[in-house]
Amino acid sequence: MAIQIAVTSGKGGTGKTTVSTSLALSLAVEHDVAFLDCDVEAPNAHIFLQPTFNHHQDAVIRIPEVDADVCTLCGKCVEVCQFHALAKIGTSILTFPQLCHGCGSCTWNCPVGAITEVPNPIGVLECGAANSMAFSHGVLSISEPMATPIIRQLKKKALRPDTEITILDSPPGASCSVVETLRGMDFALLVTEPTPFGLHDLKQITGILNDFNIPAGVVINRDGIGDNQTDDYLAEQGIPILMRIPFSVEIAAGLSAGTPLIEIAPAYRKEFLDIYTHIDECILAKKGGK
Amino acid sequence: MILFISAQESNPQSPVNERFGRCEWLMKFDTETSAWEAFENPGVTRSGGAGVAAAQFVIDHKADVVISGAFGPNASGAFRAGKVTMKLFNGQAATVEQAAQLCQEDKLESFA
Repeated sequence: MAIQIAVTSGKGGTGKTTVSTSLALSLAVEHDVAFLDCDVEAPNAHIFLQPTFNHHQDAVIRIPEVDADVCTLCGKCVEVCQFHALAKIGTSILTFPQLCHGCGSCTWNCPVGAITEVPNPIGVLECGAANSMAFSHGVLSISEPMATPIIRQLKKKALRPDTEITILDSPPGASCSVVETLRGMDFALLVTEPTPFGLHDLKQITGILNDFNIPAGVVINRDGIGDNQTDDYLAEQGIPILMRIPFSVEIAAGLSAGTPLIEIAPAYRKEFLDIYTHIDECILAKKGGK
Repeated sequence: MILFISAQESNPQSPVNERFGRCEWLMKFDTETSAWEAFENPGVTRSGGAGVAAAQFVIDHKADVVISGAFGPNASGAFRAGKVTMKLFNGQAATVEQAAQLCQEDKLESFA
């Protein structure tokens, strides 16, 4: 059975990459594992997994190019664009590439075929391997605002239905790029810190997961800080806490030096294997229940 | 000459709004007739592209001059293409009426 797991958090800086990379390293000893770093605005899993890349390709948005000789200035393209990536100014159609989502509505609706779509590079996809693990990530170019298309292209390129376990490191937040990462996942591993801020953003994520009907479990990182509100909320929601990582200077120092958690503290390897056992059973139960 | 001014309310005594794309109201003033007209900014509710939406609206209304606190890269690109002059409040105008007056006296700085 192939399992796809997203590691996500809501709040940034809670330890998504700490957890996802060590989960992957723990499982890669005995399983076929692929890793996708979907945090394309600030990918950092490669620091811990040290992959070698053998494939690079541009990630592109197909943006409109208007042929002024054919265009009748009817304004239909401007009217249908939900993102205001086109404007009709005087006797020309202006395009705003950074607002374009590449949906193709303008091209589709142009009555005279004046619009062609040209590729606008917004970043790169890189694929390779970290020892036995397949590793891929997307890197959004600086100043480009749109992360979602590159995540979609990364998943299309690197997600394989026959990989036994695929782990996706999600971007922070609870906006489009996170939704795009979570789409189609079998399980979401939520990494939070037990603070009011961590809880606030965790609630936003659980809302998305309910809509997607994706089962979830939680890792509480920096356990010991904050308060009990997160535990209470999770108990109320029936979301299991699968692991607790204490707030520790030793762990923080190791991570700052680029050392994966399970190398700083090898005892965690067994806990990560237990998390996977839980996920596996949870997915089997869900599939059996259908 | 047609002026457009970014405003917080829909009357000439309204405080100016320093933001162009996200202002609540766009106040139109015709210097020939001294007539005021208030329009809801079509950009204010957009999740993205607010500046372009507001600029398209102002250009469609044949503005000669647009006055605000600042203009983003997309809105200013549209105004340059549409040959609409961009002027700045620079803290001189508290109300849209004052902004219109100062503009007619040529006392407002142009947006470069």
